[in-house]
Amino acid sequence: MNWSWSYFFEYLTNGLMVEGAWTTIWLSVVSMVLGLGLGVIAAMMKMYGNRALRWIAEFYIWLFRGTPILIQLVIIYTGLPQLGIRLNVIESAILGLALNEGAYLAEIIRAGIMSVDKGQNDAARSVGMTWRERMWLVILPQATRTIIPPLGNQFNGMLKTTSLASVISMEELMRNAQMLAQIEFRVLEVYLVAALWYLLLVSIWSAIQVRIEAHYEKPFGPAAAVSPEAEKELAKAIEKAGPA
Amino acid sequence: MTTQDLTPPTDARPGDKTLGEPIVVIDGVQKYFGAHHVLKDVSLTVRRGEVVVICGRSGSGKSTLLRCVDQLETIDGGTIHAAGHLMGFREKNGKRIPLGDAQVARQQRDLGMVFQNFNLFPHISVIDNITLAPVRILKRNKAEARAEARTLLKRVGLPDKENAYPRQLSGGQQQRVAIARALAMQPKVMLFDEPTSALDPEMISEVLDVMVDLSRQGMTMIVVTHEMGFARAAADRVLLMHEGHIVEEAAPETFFNHPESEHTKLFLSKILAH
Ligand SMILES: Nc1ncnc2c1ncn2[C@@H]1O[C@H](COP(=O)(O)OP(=O)(O)OP(=O)(O)O)[C@@H](O)[C@H]1O
Ligand SMILES: [Mg+2]
Repeated sequence: MNWSWSYFFEYLTNGLMVEGAWTTIWLSVVSMVLGLGLGVIAAMMKMYGNRALRWIAEFYIWLFRGTPILIQLVIIYTGLPQLGIRLNVIESAILGLALNEGAYLAEIIRAGIMSVDKGQNDAARSVGMTWRERMWLVILPQATRTIIPPLGNQFNGMLKTTSLASVISMEELMRNAQMLAQIEFRVLEVYLVAALWYLLLVSIWSAIQVRIEAHYEKPFGPAAAVSPEAEKELAKAIEKAGPA
Repeated sequence: MTTQDLTPPTDARPGDKTLGEPIVVIDGVQKYFGAHHVLKDVSLTVRRGEVVVICGRSGSGKSTLLRCVDQLETIDGGTIHAAGHLMGFREKNGKRIPLGDAQVARQQRDLGMVFQNFNLFPHISVIDNITLAPVRILKRNKAEARAEARTLLKRVGLPDKENAYPRQLSGGQQQRVAIARALAMQPKVMLFDEPTSALDPEMISEVLDVMVDLSRQGMTMIVVTHEMGFARAAADRVLLMHEGHIVEEAAPETFFNHPESEHTKLFLSKILAH
């Protein structure tokens, strides 16, 4: 056996790994925020746009959901220069991840908007709101409730998907692990440490996600308080009725 | 059909009140949904301070008429003047040009609408439901708007519910908040579309009481309802809609006791049979 605890512990606190983890975090956040913007725009175009806008949105979603993110990244970084469009590594990574994410989020956002009761739009109009005001103050805040859980899962995925940017030499967690592996050939130790870092990031995010979801669920929480007596009565009735 | 025991006001009986100038003038309105002709040349004038009750069978076009007045639906013919606006259009050299989103919204602020299903904004508290439009749309001072919202909540009998979310309220309470939300925009006309028909019977009167109160304070109201108690207590006129036409139009007592139209007689016999 050729396992070294000392390398393992060294990698755990290795500066390059910490830096890589930090890059993974900000790359994920920036790409997610931009992807969210793209997703909202694409969803709006698809739902409320004229024929041309709808077509553009549908083409975008179809293209980026239908091709591997790896190819998208490689085309943006190494293919586009052939057309005279030169983006550096960071720009390429962010652009690729955001474009890809936006295509998925567009569908999630669209579903969220469609989940809002039509009466909400009527009510918002009846107090004199314009389309923008209705969207911003009434529809999107309610769609958020439906959108947040899948959005959280998408961000969980994003934290891991950023590792693919290593192929265009974006110096995030995966790429830095690769570099360390090439120096000392302690492959198992360094990749296990990288895996642990991803686990840590995802776990922290999950804890945050629970809080965010609870926050958006609050207005929709338990309905009118039921008196304890009524609750007992109800329990009895259910018991009597037996299994449905 | 629940018969509410609403005694008519003794101080100002509906018949005695002096009505103002016409404030809603519906003239020859046509509305189609695809090939389905839903409003067929409907005309109706409502004067300031007047309370008009509209009844009629399901599908006769009552909701559609109210929704057209509030521009939630666009009309296919005729004109609607309400609260000083030519609803949905502006006139230029004798031609009618449809208004854009922002101008329609501006007109809608002067009309309040109350829906069968309340349609409160579920993601914000009761007081925010009431102040949302005044603060965000009219740019009113927030503290003032909240103070006024509290006054409105007292008026609808819910002084202690400002921080509740809609879901924590009963149907009757939600509908009263919805009335307060509409009133917060200081509308010149209030439209009610079956405000009590989604409510449990025991909650109906708490909403009707608020509406009767509102009518006594001189609010112009068009109310789609089958609550005869309310019609007797508050209405100046009762109309019957049938297949997109207004087929009967009379003072409450005449409408209920001596209707002219066969449609009205049939309609009344059906709702009284319940
Ligand atoms: N958005 C719509 N699209 C298509 N048809 C519609 C639409 N809204 C209403 N209708 C049709 O128009 C007719 C009138 O509907 P409306 O809702 O005005 O009736 P109503 O008198 O309010 O009935 P109810 O007592 O059931 O509320 C009905 O036949 C209905 O199916
Ligand atoms: Mg209706």
